[in-house]
Amino acid sequence: MLILLCPYCGVKAEETELSPGGEAHLKRIGPDGTAEEFEAYLFARKNLKGVHFERWRHAYGCGKWFLAARDTHTMQVYGTYKAQTAHATDEIVANARQARPEWVPDWPQASEAVVG
Amino acid sequence: MSHTPPFRLPKGGRLIDRAFQLAFRFDGRHLRGVQGDTLASALLANGQMLMGRSFKYHRPRGPIASGAEEPNALLGLGQGGRFEPNQRASTTALEAGMVLRSQNCWPSLDADVGAINTWLSPLLPAGFYYKTFIHPRPFWKHLFEPIIRRSAGLGRAPSDPDPDRYEQAYAFAEVVVVGGGIAGLTAARDAADKGGRVIVLEQDPHWGGRTPTDHDGGQAAIDTLLEDLRGRDNVTLRRNTMATGLYDHGYLLAREALADHDLNQGIPRQRLWRIRAGHVITATGALERPLSFACNDVPGVMLASAVRDFIADYGVAPGKRIVVVTNNDDAYRTALVAHGAGLEVVAVIDARLRAKGDLPQAARAAGIRVMTGTAIAKVKGGRHVEGVALCEQAGAGRVTGSLDCDVVAMSGGWSPVVHLYSHCGGRLTWDEPEAMFRPDPARPPLGADGKAMVTVLGAANGDLRCAGDLERAEGATMPVWVMPHNAPYKLRAKMWLDFQNDVKVSDVELAAREGYASVEHAKRYTTLGMATDQGKNSNINGLAVLSNALNQPLEATGTTTFRPPYTPLTLGTIAAEAKGDAFQPLRKTPIHDWHARNGASFEPVGHWRRPYSYPRAGEDRHAAVNREILAVRSGVGTLDASTLGKIVVKGPDAGRFLDMMYTNMMSTLPVGKCRYGLMCNENGFLMDDGVVARLSPDTWLCHTTTGGADRIHGHMEDWLQCEWWDWQVYTANLTEQYAQIAVAGPRARELLQRLPGTIDLKQEALPFMQWAEGELAGIPARLYRISFSGELSYEIAVPANRGLDLWETLHDTGRDLNITPYGTEAMHVMRAEKGFIMIGDETDGTVIPQDLGLHWAISKKKPDYIGKRAQARSFMKDGSRWQLVGLESLDGRVLPDGAYAVEPGVNANGQRKTQGRVTSSYHSPTLNRPIAMGLVRHGPARMGQVLDFPIPGGEAMKARIVDPVFYDKEGTRLNG
Amino acid sequence: MAEALATIARIEGLGMIAIRADLSRTGDAIAEAAGLAIPGVTRIVTNGSRSLGWMSPDELLLVLPVAELADTLTTLTDALSGEHALVVDVSDARAVFDVTGPHAADVIAKLMPVDLDDLPFDGLRRSRAAQTAAAVWRVPGGFRLIGFRSTADYLRLILENAAIPGSRLAPR
Repeated sequence: MLILLCPYCGVKAEETELSPGGEAHLKRIGPDGTAEEFEAYLFARKNLKGVHFERWRHAYGCGKWFLAARDTHTMQVYGTYKAQTAHATDEIVANARQARPEWVPDWPQASEAVVG
Repeated sequence: MSHTPPFRLPKGGRLIDRAFQLAFRFDGRHLRGVQGDTLASALLANGQMLMGRSFKYHRPRGPIASGAEEPNALLGLGQGGRFEPNQRASTTALEAGMVLRSQNCWPSLDADVGAINTWLSPLLPAGFYYKTFIHPRPFWKHLFEPIIRRSAGLGRAPSDPDPDRYEQAYAFAEVVVVGGGIAGLTAARDAADKGGRVIVLEQDPHWGGRTPTDHDGGQAAIDTLLEDLRGRDNVTLRRNTMATGLYDHGYLLAREALADHDLNQGIPRQRLWRIRAGHVITATGALERPLSFACNDVPGVMLASAVRDFIADYGVAPGKRIVVVTNNDDAYRTALVAHGAGLEVVAVIDARLRAKGDLPQAARAAGIRVMTGTAIAKVKGGRHVEGVALCEQAGAGRVTGSLDCDVVAMSGGWSPVVHLYSHCGGRLTWDEPEAMFRPDPARPPLGADGKAMVTVLGAANGDLRCAGDLERAEGATMPVWVMPHNAPYKLRAKMWLDFQNDVKVSDVELAAREGYASVEHAKRYTTLGMATDQGKNSNINGLAVLSNALNQPLEATGTTTFRPPYTPLTLGTIAAEAKGDAFQPLRKTPIHDWHARNGASFEPVGHWRRPYSYPRAGEDRHAAVNREILAVRSGVGTLDASTLGKIVVKGPDAGRFLDMMYTNMMSTLPVGKCRYGLMCNENGFLMDDGVVARLSPDTWLCHTTTGGADRIHGHMEDWLQCEWWDWQVYTANLTEQYAQIAVAGPRARELLQRLPGTIDLKQEALPFMQWAEGELAGIPARLYRISFSGELSYEIAVPANRGLDLWETLHDTGRDLNITPYGTEAMHVMRAEKGFIMIGDETDGTVIPQDLGLHWAISKKKPDYIGKRAQARSFMKDGSRWQLVGLESLDGRVLPDGAYAVEPGVNANGQRKTQGRVTSSYHSPTLNRPIAMGLVRHGPARMGQVLDFPIPGGEAMKARIVDPVFYDKEGTRLNG
Repeated sequence: MAEALATIARIEGLGMIAIRADLSRTGDAIAEAAGLAIPGVTRIVTNGSRSLGWMSPDELLLVLPVAELADTLTTLTDALSGEHALVVDVSDARAVFDVTGPHAADVIAKLMPVDLDDLPFDGLRRSRAAQTAAAVWRVPGGFRLIGFRSTADYLRLILENAAIPGSRLAPR
């Protein structure tokens, strides 16, 4: 049973105090979306083995939604962060890459942009 | 009273107190044990070696072990609601007056009819279930299954409710040590030195594991450690506590026995600990393996460690003439202990060619005969060991001699207890020199931080000599998987691997021949390791046999998956406080007690209990419903609507937000007015409905369904926090703050006008779909002029603690108006008479508002709302969706709820094609005929057509498609 | 028969006000109107008969004698006028129990997945008690537990069950 640190109130909450919300960082497709875009928004999920970003609500605590970077295989938690965030922090990315060097984020990295 | 049972030794037994004699019964016989006995030691002391029958062949069985791994000696314990099947005799403490019963035998343990199976065993090989009973098909259902069901299962389930208490508790520690032997206690001391909280769990009632029994000075070493640990504030030592499972992120479950067999104290019998450990140290020791020789299941063949435990710990002689058979030095301890207790040790049969360690030498020095390179060809005897035939281990079983004995103490080496380590993904490695699987330090289970969350120490880690200075030098173990090495089939077919499930060497070999090469498949095909002991005895031996049959190294075969619990947990412990009145949180409205006092028949709605109806003397529930409806339609009634969700939404962006939440426009709702709203999910499906009131320019109050309050509040917060977090909106779920009472019926206004108050109730002042605020009968109140019944109706919200006040005032004041409390069923019927939909009846998670003819509640102007895009998908718009209609039964009977309307033809599965179904169906007392609503393909365009609804028995009821509004189509009554 | 582990007492007569606002903007105004300092994250500030608890990054709970409720509601609403804020009376939505006695912590530990060693003297922990939402903080001699009014009977039952005599958590 997982324990996740709520980034809003700092409580280490166990899974029974949380409610899950599925994959994080989905972009909402509204009335203007094409059929393909909308289908992907509703149904296409990465569902991968390894580094995974997901939504949790601290339902029995402060009531806030937050995001967790978790390894679906080892259960390692690379970090939790607030829901109002476009993607995981550099620190979380570093944690994930340390455990899984082959993993690369699927969003542009500030640090890599500098290097590149 | 001073009678000593025949097999109780004159002295010894470190765990018993001979001064306290305990009388008990076994299968009706009156026997005596002493304080500190287990059931097994007490039965053995009385010469009762036969303790059970095996599962498949009903072979006579005695105990083979002295601990949690015991597969055979399972007893039924207690009586009535306290009867418990499958209690291990080896780990259950004897208490005075206990009533024990043998299992899996009929008519008695001694004369069991099922033992015929042992003669049929050539016909019952591995997988016989799968092979034998497949054809002809009907035989399975009518012949084979009933017979198998009757003879299957181990023990009987108790027939009465369990009268005992159980509880759970949470604990937190930086380090949890599982196992109170020398390795565990040493580790606990080291962990405690670092300052964090340390919890030590020991499954037995006593500390020390094997050390006090096996080592001179062992008890003293344990006592020294315990004294140190007891003096530390950061250490908790907990005995009688079995760690049953380890889960993600250091979550450890452990069962503490508090008053297992001392039930008169009124305290909880068992407690399930839910422990969160920063790190777990497992020092769970090792289990001795049996040896596979022919007829190794005859009662009297026991693990060598068990034989010495019974002698040293309980002062019980399992027999008087003992043969030890081994592939390692450790078993010589048994020979020495038995010899020291004055028992005859006939010989030590050692499969190894050489035995030169300290222990064999000590045995020889004590005059014990040691026969190396030797094996047991066969055990003689049926219900009890009578002797052994000997052969060369290297040979094929040619008998070279025989020995008379009544006990065979066997040791095939030791297997680390790696269960907890493995529960959460820890991997094992095969240690060839020691012939065992042990934890692979490179692949431990990981915790939330990605680091190892378990450290395995001592014998559990394969360090079988962990007692340190107390140890004697031991020679190497020689792997012996069958005895003798080249045993022919005839012998292999009598070598038991899994004693409880009757799996033999030949069965595993058969599975391999038939292609069950995966260890998981072979396990299920043969049932190896599927017994209540979960392979604690059989696992490694079985894997080795499978590996040999497959010609591959053991490492390539691997192990089956270790799953919790380590030993079975009683269901009472898992349920704990959640039974009876505390089974679930039962939510009660502030008017609940009035309902109960006035005869309400309750129904569950989520966790709430709501009055279904209020039957009077001589009335059933449905007669009451009819009376309540007629009373409302003709006079006035009250409904406790407190359970409705009430969510306040406030802020500069609240209107814009609600326009996204609801399908219709809420931002344009004038202050003081109410509007019925529909809420969909992103899939477009209708998920909730309710009336929204605008309280002020920046504040709305949203009513939800009873079951929807928490869910819809969460849904709103989700969108506010995760999508539109820059919008300025606050929500608050005020469901519990208010009692809400619906006052409905043509005389509702008349009733309310009698109450003193500040609210003008006249039609012009408070028309339909408006609200007003003020004081009513001295209580601050908000009145919503809304109607779910179709009558003139007010819903009155007051602070919850004043709800009962108002309800009673209404009833006192309206007595002459025949004011009638009505329940949820009357509400349901009345709304159906009006054609109002009900979430959960007309909707099932696949219905869009358009299906229900609710186009009027879907804004065409809004560019967006949750669900809008989905409702534009092609199959949402095509005309073939099932749509809401009324249904009128042709023969006056009420259509069954959920009945399907069929059409000609069958689908791909050979089932009748369907074209619709009934979603709500009632007898309408108002109209005095049945009414129903349903979803039908092209329904609204098919008015007047008649559909067939098959009902059980082959008959089809006929119903005509009609308008869903059955009553007061013009709505004059609710506007009145 | 041994004594119960703790005394379970339902506490009546408390008013409660939920305040939702941007605490960094409005904290001073709230503190002045409530008469208490703004609590730190997951803390509760108590002074005399009033407590102000941190419920969420944008939510506080003011607990006060019910006699002071109406005036304080007005004061708070006025203090936050012009701000984006929500001030609502939730007094009737809650059930309050005090769990006091030398083994009160055992009772809480049987019901809530909360590490009480980690709960500071002024800590407020929102979690669950068995199967229902609850918050807990320390009061002299034990703990105060609040849950939803509708589950008051359930809360009393599970608290009393957890407190039955002879069921201390200390090893036997």
